Amino acid sequence: MTNLTPNISSSEPPIQITDLHKSFGDNEVLKGIDLTVTEGEVVCVIGPSGSGKSTLLRCVNMLETPTKGSIRLLGAEMTDPDVEVDQVRTHVGMVFQSFNLFPNMTALGNCVIAQRQVLKRSRTEAVEIARRNLEMVGLSDRMDYHPAKLSGGQQQRVAIARALSMDPRIMLFDEPTAALDPELVGDVLTVMRDLAEAGMTMMVVTHEMSFARDVSDRTIFMDGGVIVEQGPSADLINSPSEERTRVFLRRVLDPTHVAELGETEAD
Amino acid sequence: MSVLPYLKPTVRKRVGRLASYALGVAVILVVVGFADWHKIQKVFFNPAVALQMWPSIITIALKNTLIYTISSFILGSILAVLLAVLKLAGGPLGWAASAFIEFFRGIPALLTIFTAAYVIPLAFGFQIPGEGPGAGVLALTIVTGAYAAEIVRAGIQAVAPGQTEAARSLGMSSGQTMFWVVLPQALRIVIPPMTNEFVMLLKDTSLLYVAGFTLTQKELTTFGQDALSTTGNATPIVMVAAAYLIVTLPLTWLVGQLEKKLDPKR
Repeated sequence: MTNLTPNISSSEPPIQITDLHKSFGDNEVLKGIDLTVTEGEVVCVIGPSGSGKSTLLRCVNMLETPTKGSIRLLGAEMTDPDVEVDQVRTHVGMVFQSFNLFPNMTALGNCVIAQRQVLKRSRTEAVEIARRNLEMVGLSDRMDYHPAKLSGGQQQRVAIARALSMDPRIMLFDEPTAALDPELVGDVLTVMRDLAEAGMTMMVVTHEMSFARDVSDRTIFMDGGVIVEQGPSADLINSPSEERTRVFLRRVLDPTHVAELGETEAD
Repeated sequence: MSVLPYLKPTVRKRVGRLASYALGVAVILVVVGFADWHKIQKVFFNPAVALQMWPSIITIALKNTLIYTISSFILGSILAVLLAVLKLAGGPLGWAASAFIEFFRGIPALLTIFTAAYVIPLAFGFQIPGEGPGAGVLALTIVTGAYAAEIVRAGIQAVAPGQTEAARSLGMSSGQTMFWVVLPQALRIVIPPMTNEFVMLLKDTSLLYVAGFTLTQKELTTFGQDALSTTGNATPIVMVAAAYLIVTLPLTWLVGQLEKKLDPKR
């Protein structure tokens, strides 16, 4: 058990994507993406809907099979049929927009099942690790609840704890707060911020511009299946150099945020 | 329509309902008034004949019907899950599963029973263990497996794809995902249609008469039919019908309750 994945190296950057293409039928969603994420880096991917950002994230752990190109994840070539994709995935946590908790298990059960089945941990050890992670996301009092009895924000935090229980080296977030009521977004973002500060390598597809600006090291703007622009998050969001990025950011930031600011000032 | 005076729709509805009640009451009165009650009682509800059948209608016939039903249901359900998983997995095995399902859904159950009981021993000199009942249960297992496979397949496909994605992203294999995540949820979904399948199967055990039974192997319909010919009286058929209903009515009621409970809109 000590050497579960001998092909995984720590000398390479955890995520290396080269010339990635993905088509659904005639519709080419990704048109040649090159992207490297280094150890401990937090990268946010922003862009209008249909820009291919979720598809990119789903290609990283092979939930979508790329049409062309290379994805090296923790030193393993994911597009190589000989690579045990399941094995690499145990090191890559993923959090979905729709939480996707297993409804037939409690919060604790959700965090235990893959530890037991995949990592073959003992029941005691798995429960211990699951408890620790549920505590970390602030849900120590909800461990025995089924997902249906939890709010969206709580469900999403269970989903994060479930992914963390596998001791991943990379975390992928696919619009983790997009399905949440506004007042529940904060709790989830706080957990993600803690994770980023703890040094986790993270790739986050999001519409939360303040999270991208304040937490991530680098932000990538995608449109039409290509990376239009990328750079240090604060620079990209505060002073984008491409016109398309400016148009997108104005649309995302202006109507809501200006109004919110106005309200806070009035208060 | 034109002969009726104009009425508001609500009034017309009420008048229509009253008229149908009145008609129903009239029919019952005529039947009650003109029927030969003495004869009806003697032919259909004859206590002497009923006593002759008691208690073997329960201790032999109903018991055997339930044994045949439950054993083919359990075995058939296992077969159904196997067939459904294979069919969804695709490939040559999936193709074989599809062919199996389509074949046995496409031919009468009676033919399958007949084949298991007589054709196989005749053609291969191999008698299926358990005589008539053994061959019958095997045949019903296959038929139920083929029908229920489609129910289970629909149930598996009704589980949200996000469930599979979440399990796979945790590193679970496709087999582990199916066993631990998808199947438990799919089986909940298929409880109501599978209960219906059980009721259908219970009635289909009446077809087993072609497999040939000894006295103590008889199920309800064979039992009733034999009693009908020995007594020359219809009471056994009424009693057999009642015995089926004792089992099927609570089950169909249960399905209704389950469907209400599992209805996501509630």
